Amino acid sequence: MNPATDAVREFTPRARTALDNPAVRNNFRKAMDGLMDKRQAAFADWDLEALRELGAAVRLRALSRLPELLVQLEHNLQARGIQVHWAETGEQACQIVHDICQRRNARSVIKGKSMVSEEMDLNAFLARSGIEALESDLGEYIIQLAGEAPSHIIMPAIHKNTDEISELMHQQTGTRRSHDVDYLTASARSQLREKFMRADVGLSGVNFAIAATGTLCLVENEGNGRLTTTVPDCHIAVTGIEKVVENLEDIAPLLALLTRSATGQHITTYVNMISAPRQPDEKDGPEEVHLVLVDSGRSAIYQDRELLDTLRCIRCGACMNHCPVYTRIGGHAYGTTYPGPIGKILMPHLLGLESAHILPTASTLCGACEEVCPVKIPIPQLLQRLRTEAMDGDPQRPAHMDGHGSKRNWREMLLWHGWTLFNSRPWAYRLGTALAARFRRWTPARLGTWTRYRSAPRPAPQSLQQQLRQCRHKES
Amino acid sequence: MSDIIKHYPPKPQKVYFYATCLVDVFYPDTGLAGIRLLEREGVEVVFPQGQSCCGQPAYTSGLNEQARTVAVTQLDLFPEDWPIVMPSGSCAGMLRKHYPRLFAGTPHEMQAEKVAARTWELTDFLLHVCRIRLQDQGEPVRVAIHTSCSGRREAGIAEVGPALLRQLADVELVEQARPAECCGFGGTFAVRHPEISAAMVADKAAALVDSGADQFVSTDCGCLMNIDGFADKQQLPVRGQHIVNFLWQRSKGGVA
Amino acid sequence: MTAREAILQRLYQGREQQGGLDVPVSNFAVLERPHWNHADKRQRFEQAMRSVHTEIHSVSRDNWCTVLQQLATEKGLHNLWVSPDTCHGKELTQHWQLTQTPLLQHCPPLAEWKDELFNQVNAALTGCRGAIAETGSLILWPTTAEPRVISLVPPVHFVLLDGNQLYSTLHQAMHQQGWADTGMPTNALLISGPSKTADIEQTLAYGVHGPKELIVLVLE
Repeated sequence: MNPATDAVREFTPRARTALDNPAVRNNFRKAMDGLMDKRQAAFADWDLEALRELGAAVRLRALSRLPELLVQLEHNLQARGIQVHWAETGEQACQIVHDICQRRNARSVIKGKSMVSEEMDLNAFLARSGIEALESDLGEYIIQLAGEAPSHIIMPAIHKNTDEISELMHQQTGTRRSHDVDYLTASARSQLREKFMRADVGLSGVNFAIAATGTLCLVENEGNGRLTTTVPDCHIAVTGIEKVVENLEDIAPLLALLTRSATGQHITTYVNMISAPRQPDEKDGPEEVHLVLVDSGRSAIYQDRELLDTLRCIRCGACMNHCPVYTRIGGHAYGTTYPGPIGKILMPHLLGLESAHILPTASTLCGACEEVCPVKIPIPQLLQRLRTEAMDGDPQRPAHMDGHGSKRNWREMLLWHGWTLFNSRPWAYRLGTALAARFRRWTPARLGTWTRYRSAPRPAPQSLQQQLRQCRHKES
Repeated sequence: MSDIIKHYPPKPQKVYFYATCLVDVFYPDTGLAGIRLLEREGVEVVFPQGQSCCGQPAYTSGLNEQARTVAVTQLDLFPEDWPIVMPSGSCAGMLRKHYPRLFAGTPHEMQAEKVAARTWELTDFLLHVCRIRLQDQGEPVRVAIHTSCSGRREAGIAEVGPALLRQLADVELVEQARPAECCGFGGTFAVRHPEISAAMVADKAAALVDSGADQFVSTDCGCLMNIDGFADKQQLPVRGQHIVNFLWQRSKGGVA
Repeated sequence: MTAREAILQRLYQGREQQGGLDVPVSNFAVLERPHWNHADKRQRFEQAMRSVHTEIHSVSRDNWCTVLQQLATEKGLHNLWVSPDTCHGKELTQHWQLTQTPLLQHCPPLAEWKDELFNQVNAALTGCRGAIAETGSLILWPTTAEPRVISLVPPVHFVLLDGNQLYSTLHQAMHQQGWADTGMPTNALLISGPSKTADIEQTLAYGVHGPKELIVLVLE
């Protein structure tokens, strides 16, 4: 079986484990509170609603012209010497990266941060051919030392506190145990310096790909992204096909939204815009630059007007920062590349509903995510839609997602047929509520999982309707 | 700030009262208090018989067909052009926001949109349409309010409860930590993901206890059942009731 | 069918299937800060830069070389790289008097001096194409004379900024400098402080992989 689909099936036990782990609970509560406060402060002097409207408009405009913009992007990149590759699946994308490395006899790849490369499981693929892929983003570096997956799309090591990181670095790299974050950071800097110098290939993600100018736009704070895309002789950028935007000016509102939504920063330390490989008169920069456009389920999402809103996402992480479920179970419980609300609406497409149908149900539809999404993705509506797809719940709007109907089962449907009967026939409702009132003392004290934590709700001696009917009889 | 735009009607002569199934079966006194508050404002309250559930549990479970089967019977209960008032942010949100979606492309589309457009959450209606002014008859008390997520984000009533509570001279409104965070009810979520739900309600209850409130009020019976049920079982010092009960008691000077 | 053809075909088909996608109007007015005068812009620029540990010094055309030498002495720099091919580089070379901080001026292709650059160059001076007040950002387009690595690898980076080239916002800078019309260079950068991270328990630490210090000399 596919390890990715296996992982998500273990959601419930993993969530349970996380809930019982005080370190996870504390680390995430503290981290999310901080990120929420920072975001709010960063937008203080903005007309946030107007800015989000603009962000949504920019993304929808790009999505409305997606095929044309991808062609235009390719044309403009190629005109300046950047090579463009297309991959239908993550596996194909891995093969393309691998083949470029092989052709160049590359043994080591230094990586800037790329969630798509996690989605593709690129590091493992390259390792099988003896090509070392080393993460250079500090958070990714830390979890690579730990052999773990990221637990948040912006801050991959957010689940670890300083003690844990200090211990990890001590065990894996020989630094001394220390609470001094400057010391730990300086140690990571010197450990990675040599790697930047010697790596054969630099691999990065892309935050925005600008079609009109043929430009790859990357944001970062540490400088590892610039090093990755400048020092090695070959730079490979990977991106999902949905990351393209139409015009250069479109990134102005998206950058304003992205950095503030993600970490409460007005801007990241570096905004890095790449439009060509090293030119003949230039002294540095890679001689080869490649862009790999990865589909991997995105064109399937694009078939449906409602579902394609999922593709607006600019990967800021604000949704998970504000999610009461994510805050309590942490990122690893999901078992998916993308956790939190965006994970719940995206992963069912990437993994199929049959494996991932539990994810859209793990939400109270509270709407905190939708409220903060910089591009106004209607997340609760999409969760609802995915639930309908999983249940084949609307014959008037036939479901078409891979694995639709896989959650529908006769036991649950029996309950719902009863519920429907009860509520659509006044005689049944009247009878049922009268019986519930009459036999209220027989309400079981144990009602499954509800009463594990709460007392059982008990029907009132007379329902409201009974009381009102009596009043009317008294009056007349 | 809510970006929900609402066009309140002028104060009508008559309204429909749509109680919700939870109020009908578990909290009828909330329904009675609500009706009395409206009548005291000079509004005639019509209670259509045959009301049951708005259909939300099936809808949020992804079963639009079952939700429509139930909801379609409810649409016919409100033939006149009077406002439909509901003592629940969640159910009001279901009608206002989701009925049009549920019935889009069906023969009932127009009817559903009309019903949606005249549905109001009760406290919102009392404050903005009846322009209620409450006189406090009770003893000094500290109260915290929990507004449901759908009340907050679908019905846009986050500022209504506090405004009404502040009208009461001897009520001190205190705010719990993370007031906008979900209590973990989420309808079927509490049953499908019980441990996550329990963690959320435990935190919510702890926040209410730590707020210094003597009691709490809620805009929604679902949240109430969840938080108060937890507080009861865990024997916590802060218990709750529906805000409508509280407002009626305080302004009437007695038990409803 | 190639992957490219398959993907594009699915996207074209998808658009037919969608049944229409209403695109709202993109109103960029929300980005504008029309009420900021030069003093406002200057103040915001300094505040934004200082909040992330950038050093800022006001200098004049007459004294900037002196100020830079003072800073180099204070910081105990072992050397300072400048380009021999820029106006400011030439000017600095003429004025430079510090024997304990020799100027480095060679700029071969990266492959020829990678070890020296990474391990020995202490500091570098570059110019820039202006700055953005709202976010405290320098606009840097690396050139043959001042390549990409020189503002990235040495732990100390000095930037000479013309104080009159201060834009309110990125959007304004893009338009007034005509980026989309003139075409984008190989590499264009916005630099908004020394490198940093908050990946260790959200605690801010400076000097990760990029420069540890950023010093801006603002020419009035």
